[in-house]
Amino acid sequence: MIRFDYVRPTSVPDAVKALAAKPGAQVIAGGTNLVDLLKYDVAKPSRLIDINRLPLRAIEDTADGGLKLGALVTNADAAYDVRVAQRFPLLASAILAGASAQLRNAATTGGNLLQRTRCLYFYDPHVPCNKREPGTGCPARTGVNRNLAVLGTSEHCIATHPSDMCVALAALNAVVHVTGPAGERQIALSDFHRVPGDRPDLDNTLERGELITAVEVPFSDFGRHYTYLKLRDRLSYAFALVSVAAAVRLDAGRIDELRVALGGVAPKPWRNLEAEGLLAGAAPERRAYEAFADRLLAGAQGFGDNDFKLGLARRAIVRALTQAVAGTPQSQSDKRVA
Amino acid sequence: MPPTAISQAPGFVGRPTRRVDGPLKVTGRAKYAAEYDAPGLAYGYIVSSAVAAGRVLAIEADAALQMPGVIRIFSHADRPATATADKAWQDEVAPPGHPFRPFGSDEIHFALQPIALVVAETYEAARDAASLVTARYEVTQHRVDLKRERATAYDPPEKRAGIPPPPAPRGDFAQAYADAPVKISADYVLAPEYHNPMEMFGTTVVRNDDGKLLVFDKTQGSQNVKAYLAGVFGLPEGDIRVVNAYVGGAFGTALRPNMSAVLAVMASLALERSVRVTLTREQMFALGYRPHMEQTVSLACGRDGKLLAVHHDAVSGTSPFEDYQEAVVNWSGMLYACANTKLSYALAKLNTNTPCDMRAPGATSGVYALEAAMDELAHAAGIDPLELRIRNFSERDGNTDKPYSSKALMLCYREGAARFGWSRRQLAPRSMREGNELVGFGMATGVWEAMVVPVTAKAILSADGALEVSTASSDIGTGTYTILAQIAADAFGLPLERVTVRIGDSALSAHPVEGGSWTAASAGASVSLACAKLKEQALARARRMTNSPLAQAAMEEVAFTDGRIALAGDAGRGVSLADVLRASDLGHLEEEASFTPDEKLAGRYASYSHAAVFAEVRVDEELGVLRVPRLVSAVAGGKILNPKTARSQILGGVVMGLGMALHEEGLFDHDLGRLMNHNYAEYHVPVNADIGDIDVLFVDEHEDKLGHLGVKGLGEIGIVGTAAAVANAIFHATGKRVRDLPITLDKLLG
Ligand SMILES: Cc1cc2nc3c(=O)[nH]c(=O)nc-3n(C[C@H](O)[C@H](O)[C@H](O)COP(=O)(O)OP(=O)(O)OC[C@H]3O[C@@H](n4cnc5c(N)ncnc54)[C@H](O)[C@@H]3O)c2cc1C
Ligand code: SF4
Repeated sequence: MIRFDYVRPTSVPDAVKALAAKPGAQVIAGGTNLVDLLKYDVAKPSRLIDINRLPLRAIEDTADGGLKLGALVTNADAAYDVRVAQRFPLLASAILAGASAQLRNAATTGGNLLQRTRCLYFYDPHVPCNKREPGTGCPARTGVNRNLAVLGTSEHCIATHPSDMCVALAALNAVVHVTGPAGERQIALSDFHRVPGDRPDLDNTLERGELITAVEVPFSDFGRHYTYLKLRDRLSYAFALVSVAAAVRLDAGRIDELRVALGGVAPKPWRNLEAEGLLAGAAPERRAYEAFADRLLAGAQGFGDNDFKLGLARRAIVRALTQAVAGTPQSQSDKRVA
Repeated sequence: MPPTAISQAPGFVGRPTRRVDGPLKVTGRAKYAAEYDAPGLAYGYIVSSAVAAGRVLAIEADAALQMPGVIRIFSHADRPATATADKAWQDEVAPPGHPFRPFGSDEIHFALQPIALVVAETYEAARDAASLVTARYEVTQHRVDLKRERATAYDPPEKRAGIPPPPAPRGDFAQAYADAPVKISADYVLAPEYHNPMEMFGTTVVRNDDGKLLVFDKTQGSQNVKAYLAGVFGLPEGDIRVVNAYVGGAFGTALRPNMSAVLAVMASLALERSVRVTLTREQMFALGYRPHMEQTVSLACGRDGKLLAVHHDAVSGTSPFEDYQEAVVNWSGMLYACANTKLSYALAKLNTNTPCDMRAPGATSGVYALEAAMDELAHAAGIDPLELRIRNFSERDGNTDKPYSSKALMLCYREGAARFGWSRRQLAPRSMREGNELVGFGMATGVWEAMVVPVTAKAILSADGALEVSTASSDIGTGTYTILAQIAADAFGLPLERVTVRIGDSALSAHPVEGGSWTAASAGASVSLACAKLKEQALARARRMTNSPLAQAAMEEVAFTDGRIALAGDAGRGVSLADVLRASDLGHLEEEASFTPDEKLAGRYASYSHAAVFAEVRVDEELGVLRVPRLVSAVAGGKILNPKTARSQILGGVVMGLGMALHEEGLFDHDLGRLMNHNYAEYHVPVNADIGDIDVLFVDEHEDKLGHLGVKGLGEIGIVGTAAAVANAIFHATGKRVRDLPITLDKLLG
C-alpha cells in the first residue's frame, strides 16, 4: 500500500520547499520510470511533487555558445531541436538511440538523469536487492546479470545506470544545475552519478530536497567527428549492453582531443580523462584505439552472464573511434553498423 | 447432402478480403472479456507466491481485510468447495496428470503461483489490499535448470491424447550411423518462451438474478471453458454460458481454461455477485509456456547426400503435476526418407506451471533442431542445403508409410528459391561479405499437421434476405469471422455486408477449441454444409410455390444471387427468397449441419502443410550485430480462402520465428527458482527495426482428402522452420554454429 500526497507547484522555490519538507517526497516528471516503479511497489514515496507546471521547458543559448536544457525539456524536443542537432549531434544521436518514440515524447531531461537501474532484481520486490532494500543482498552477482556492470561495481551492487543520453552528456562535459533548500549549485555530470561502494541505494550525489533545474552543455566543436554506438539485444527499443559516445578533434592528421564515455557497463557513464590525455598527439590508428580501450577498461570484471561485455566493449570502443575519426557517425535509423 | 461447391468469381473466397471485424476492432467497439460491465461488479486481484517450491504456512490477510472496500480474501485456507476428482479439472486438451487447482492446497509448485484472491468493491482497492497480504512459507528445493534435470528425464507413462508418441525405431540406427561416410551430431538448446498476447487474461462473470452465470472470458474455446467450470463447481451446464466474442491474441495460451476464469467464478458463486478477475503482465509469465528443451540430433548420409541414419532425442520441461507432451522428434522420422531412425522424447520436472501449446507446439522446437542439423549435414557433405532436402524428398510419411493427401513442398522449394535468389549463394561459409558485414543465406523446411475436427454450424436466412451463420468457434485474430462470412456470402451469392457471423459463444453449435490450425478448414466446412442444406430447403420450398418458375429445377440448374433463386441461364425465371419465406409462412429458414472428418480417408493418408523458408542475414563480424534484411516464406497450405488474412498469418508466424531465433528467452534465476524478466521491457520480442522484408508466397496445392474445402490452415506453419533458416544463414555468414537459441550478439563474438 502506498499512501502519498500529491502537489503540483508552479515555481521552483515552491517545489524545493515541498520536496525538502517531507522525508520520502519525490519528484515526478514524465513518469516513464517512476510510474512503473510505483506499480511494482518498488518506489514508495510519501509525497509526489509533479513538476510539470514549473517553467523548465526552455532550451537556452549560453554565453559560450553552448546550450542549457531545462529539466522538463522532453527527450524528443531535445533531440529534434535544431540547435541541439547542429551543435551537439552526439547528444541528439544518443537520445534517439534510447527507448522508443513514445517514451521519448514523455521522458524529460531531469528524469533521464535520475532513472533507476534496469537490474531485474531491483524491479521485483519479492527478491532481495541491496539497492532497493539495503542489507538484503545482491542476487544479481551470481544470477541473471547479462545487462549489468563490469566496471565500478562493489560487492554490494553491480547495477548499471541505463541512460543513453547521460553517456553523451558525460562526453560533452555537461553540468547539472540543481536548486535545493540551500540554494543553487552545479554538479559536473561526471560527478553526478556515483559508484555503489557500500551505499548502493544512492545512485547520485543529489542532496535531499534538491531539484534538477537544467543541464548545461558547454560549447564544443567536434563537427562530424563524433559517434554514438549502441549495442543491444535487439535493433531498437532495448537498453544498451555496451554503448560508446566518442568525439575527436584532429589536428594535422593527429588526435588533438579525444573524449570517450561508455554506457551499459558501469553505474555511471564511464570516462578516463588520463587515458584520453595519453592519446593526444597520437596518430589515429587502430593500435592506438586498442591501447586506449584497454586503459579505459582497466579493472573490468564480469560476473558470468555479462563476461562478454569485456571483449565487446573493447571492440565497440575501437569501432566508435574509427567512426568518429572518419567523420562517419553511426546512424540511429540505419541499423547497419558503419 | 452434397457440399456447396465454392463459387468462383465474383465471389469472395480466394480473394483478398478485409477483415469484417476490422472496423469494430480499430474503433474500440469490439469488446474484450475484461471490458464488460455489470451492476455491482466486484473486482478480484491475485496475490502470487514469492517462492518457487514448498508450502504456504500461513496467509496473513488481517491488514488487507481492514482496508475499506475489501469484501473477502480467498485462499487455500478459505475457499468454497470445488470438485475433488482430477477428472473434473481436466479440460478438453489437458495433458495427463493432476491439473492445477488454484488454492487447491497449501503446496507451492512454481513462483508466481496464485496464493490468494482479494475481492473488493473497486480494482484499486483490491490491488491496494493485495499488496498488504503476506505469506509465510516452508521453502523446499526447487528445480528450474533443465540442463541439470536432463539426467532425471523420464518417458511419460501416460500419453497425451492427440499427441503421437515417438514412433518405434526403424532399421538399425547405430550400425548405419557407424558405417556412414558423412555424419554429424549436435546438441540444440531452446530457451523457454512465453506467449504474452497483447490482451492479458481476464474474466468477467455476470451473475443473473436467477443465479445463472454469463462468463466473458479470454479463451480459445467457450464450450471447453463452460464444461470445465460446470465440472469444477458442480453446476448444471445450463447455468453457465461462456462468451469470447473477441480475443486479443492467444497462440495456444488460451486453449486451456485459465486461472482468472476459475477464480472469478469461485468468487462470484461465494459472494453471489458479479466479479471480474484480470491478470497482470507479470502474472502472464506464470502461465503455460513453450517449454525449455534440450535436443540431440545425429544424422548420417552417403556421399550422395541420401540420409542413412537419423537420431533425434529431446528432453522437455514439464510441471511437477502434469506431463505436458508435444510431438517434437516425430518430424525427424516423417519428413525425409530414411531407413534407419531412432527417436526419443522424455520429460523432466521443473518448478514451473505446466507448459502449454504455443504456435505449432512441438514442431517449432523439433523441426528447428532437425533443420539446423540438416544444414550441418549439408555442410559436412559439401552439398547445397536446399539440394540436400531435395535429394531426401519423400512422397510418404516416413513414420506411417502413408502417402500424403497433398504435398507441394517441392514447389515451395523451387518457387521460394527463385524468389529469394538462392542460386546466388556461395557454398562455403564466410564467402559473402559487404563492408563490415558478413552475408549469409540459410534455408529450412517447415511442416505442420493439417487437421480437421468435427464442427456443427447453423445457417439462418431471414425475411429481409440477410444470412446469419454461427458456430461456437473463436477468432483469436486469425480471421475466422472473415472467412466464414466469405464462405457463406458465396454460398448465397450475397454481398459480405448481408452476412452476419456469430461465433465466440458457448450457446452456439458445437465447436472444439480453436487450435491446431484446424478452424478454417473445419468451421469453414460446417458453415458451407449448413448453407448447402439451407439452400436445399429454400429451393424445395420455392419449387412448391404456386406457379413456381422453379417447379422442376434441380440444385445444379439454379443460382442463388442477391436474395433470389433463379435458373442459372435465365435470371428472369426465379423467385426472391423473401417470397419463398412468405409463401411458406415463415419468419426465417434455418438449418444446422455437421462436418465430420472422413476417418477412413484420414486413415489412409498423411496430411500436413509445408513451407520452405529462406533467410538472408548480415552480421557485423567484429561486434556481432545481426540483421535479417529479408526472408521468403513459400507455403503449401491447400486452398487459400483469403490471401490477405492468410498472408497476415504467415507474417505473424515468421515474426514469432524471428523472435525465437534472436530474442525470446525467459531468464531464470536458478538460486531463486524465479523467472526474472517478467515484463515487455525485458522479455524481448522483435520490434520493427528487427523485421526486414518478409515475402510470403503460396504455391498451388490441390488438396481433396481433408474435407471438401481443400483448406489446410495457416495459423502455425509460418513459424516452423523460420528459426532454423535464420540460424543456418548465420552459420553461412560467419562459419559459426550457434545451437542455443536465442542467438544474441554475445554468442557471435569470435
Ligand atoms: C520500456 C522502456 C525502455 C527504455 N529504454 C531506454 C533506453 O534505451 N535508453 C535510455 O536512456 N532510457 C530508456 N528508457 C528510460 C527513459 O529514458 C526514462 O524512463 C526517462 O528518461 C525518465 O524520464 P521521466 O521524465 O519520465 O522521469 P520520471 O519517471 O518522471 O522520474 C524518474 C526519476 O527522476 C526523478 N526526477 C525527475 N525529474 C526530476 C528533477 N527535475 N529533479 C529531481 N528529480 C527528478 C524522479 O523523482 C524519479 O526518481 C526506457 C524506459 C522504458 C520504460
Ligand atoms: S546489482 Fe544492485 S540493483 Fe541489482 S540486485 Fe544487486 S544490489 Fe540490487
